[in-house]
Amino acid sequence: MREEHEDGSAKLTINPPETSGQLLEKPRSIRALRTAIREGNESATAVAEGYFARIERYNPLLNAYLSLTRDQALEQAAAIDALAGKGDPLPPLGGVPVGVKDVLAMRGAPATAGSRILEGYRPPYDATAVARLRKAGAVLLGKLNCDEFAMGSSNENSAYGPVRNPVDTERVPGGSSGGSAAAVAANLAVVTLGTDTGGSIRQPASFCGVVGVLPTYGRVSRYGLIAFASSLDRVGPFAASVEDAAQVLCVLAGHDSLDATSATQPVDDYATATERDVKGMRIGIPEEYFGEGLDPEVRAAVETGIDALRAQGCEIRRIHLKHTQYAIPVYYLVATAEASANLARFDGVRFGHRSKSATNLSSMYRLSREEGFGAEVKRRILLGTYALSAGYYDAYYRKAQQVRRILAEEFMAAFGEVDAIVAPTAPTAAFRLGEKSEDPLAMYLADIYTVTASLAGICGLSVPCGATAAGLPVGLQVLGPHFGESAIFRVAAGVERAMNGVDA
Amino acid sequence: MSGSAATVSKEDVERVAELANLELGADETMRMQRDLNAILGYVNQLRQIDTSQVEPMAQVSDLFAGAEANGHGESLRADAVSASLERATVMASAPETDGAFFKTPKVIER
Repeated sequence: MREEHEDGSAKLTINPPETSGQLLEKPRSIRALRTAIREGNESATAVAEGYFARIERYNPLLNAYLSLTRDQALEQAAAIDALAGKGDPLPPLGGVPVGVKDVLAMRGAPATAGSRILEGYRPPYDATAVARLRKAGAVLLGKLNCDEFAMGSSNENSAYGPVRNPVDTERVPGGSSGGSAAAVAANLAVVTLGTDTGGSIRQPASFCGVVGVLPTYGRVSRYGLIAFASSLDRVGPFAASVEDAAQVLCVLAGHDSLDATSATQPVDDYATATERDVKGMRIGIPEEYFGEGLDPEVRAAVETGIDALRAQGCEIRRIHLKHTQYAIPVYYLVATAEASANLARFDGVRFGHRSKSATNLSSMYRLSREEGFGAEVKRRILLGTYALSAGYYDAYYRKAQQVRRILAEEFMAAFGEVDAIVAPTAPTAAFRLGEKSEDPLAMYLADIYTVTASLAGICGLSVPCGATAAGLPVGLQVLGPHFGESAIFRVAAGVERAMNGVDA
Repeated sequence: MSGSAATVSKEDVERVAELANLELGADETMRMQRDLNAILGYVNQLRQIDTSQVEPMAQVSDLFAGAEANGHGESLRADAVSASLERATVMASAPETDGAFFKTPKVIER
């Protein structure tokens, strides 16, 4: 791991793997932390130092952080302490330690996107989501590991090594936001930012036993997000509780003129939504999400969650989303086509890796990309280029866009009947490192329950809902209509109360 | 070849790699050929769906019309000059620069 200093120098910190102590630890709530700092019971600086100590201890094992920004974090913490010292009110995330997925630009830190091609690149600006965290008083600890260019479902595609799941370190944390999920599960941050293109927030949240939110497309600005598939990419929070996730989304959401697809819809008070009971809500259970391929233990856990919602007064309705089986093929055509266009910008000219073996412009492009991109990124660029190429465009890309509309409209029709949809987040709990890394198609099928919401642009989240007999967390997915975040937070809070054994 | 259930040949992989400015080794070409065929074989199930009456959806805002599409993020900003990053800040990230321009190897040979 590299520790970043203000002068841009980096020092390698190597610690022996440390497995004793509490690797798995639930962060304190944002509310508790802010109160402690505001009332002077604790300083934001001491809190930040405590997090850096935990990171130093556990990160060599987990590989969740790729770089740390200690100097700026301590400055931010000191500013919060100064506010608290004067008795001033704290901003919404005042003193809250936060980690940021390495596909988002953050001033004063590298942005590798998990790729060799961006090794050493330091963006001179903040992504809008990061700027909003800063403005809200968050303490930015560093950048989190992920699959290269957010392409993957296990974090094994990172050029900087896989992340380990803190629940069982022989297992993957999920992907692509594996570092962001693992960091919250191991209390190496109170909240983190991730990105989700086909399930990259919800699936790792499920695997690591934390809350992960996919906001509606356009709800959170994509400015400063290194683009993978622009019509699908979203930025969203990971947190240890539904309430914390809702509070962070309140900070992140809202219109941004720097992103042409940013929505102008007003932002609801999501945190208040988590306090409302679920009585009378209509919950749809799609048959297609409970069929072949669903692990029986995952099914049992999710059904427990559904029973809890029923017990709290929800009306449970069986529904059909009958084109669901086509979502993976549509996703892998649309996402790779967009990726092939977006990743054309990595050419060795303006930033990032340039091959030393190049003799002319053309070989500089080809060799820089050959040396800089990993196998999965190349595979997706090739697939996307093929799907867009003359003779295949209509059969693949256009066909996928047409079926995308069918899938989206199927969801919109369902939301005429129900307030939210509940399903498993992933067909299995966390799998073992190396288990699927040689079979791209098997890996793609890990996204089977998440990609459809990505294609439709609707919102969703994953909330912890029990565990398998082996103790691996299971996530329950809640999906809502476009800009229906309040509804999904409300449902998720109901599931969370049941799991925590709190009477509704 | 429009719409035929294609099998990806080695030459197809090489042609697509060239279009995408990717250099592949012999092993890599073989592996990519195998993987692309497996993935496209799976993707071919889309042919089962009649889409003759369906408009393609390129963006989420395509699901909405008029003012509602604007609310879903389809508004363009005013075309006005505004501050951007300093040239020196941008050039600091460049692999090779003379301070004013990005430098590259020769574009035209001979």
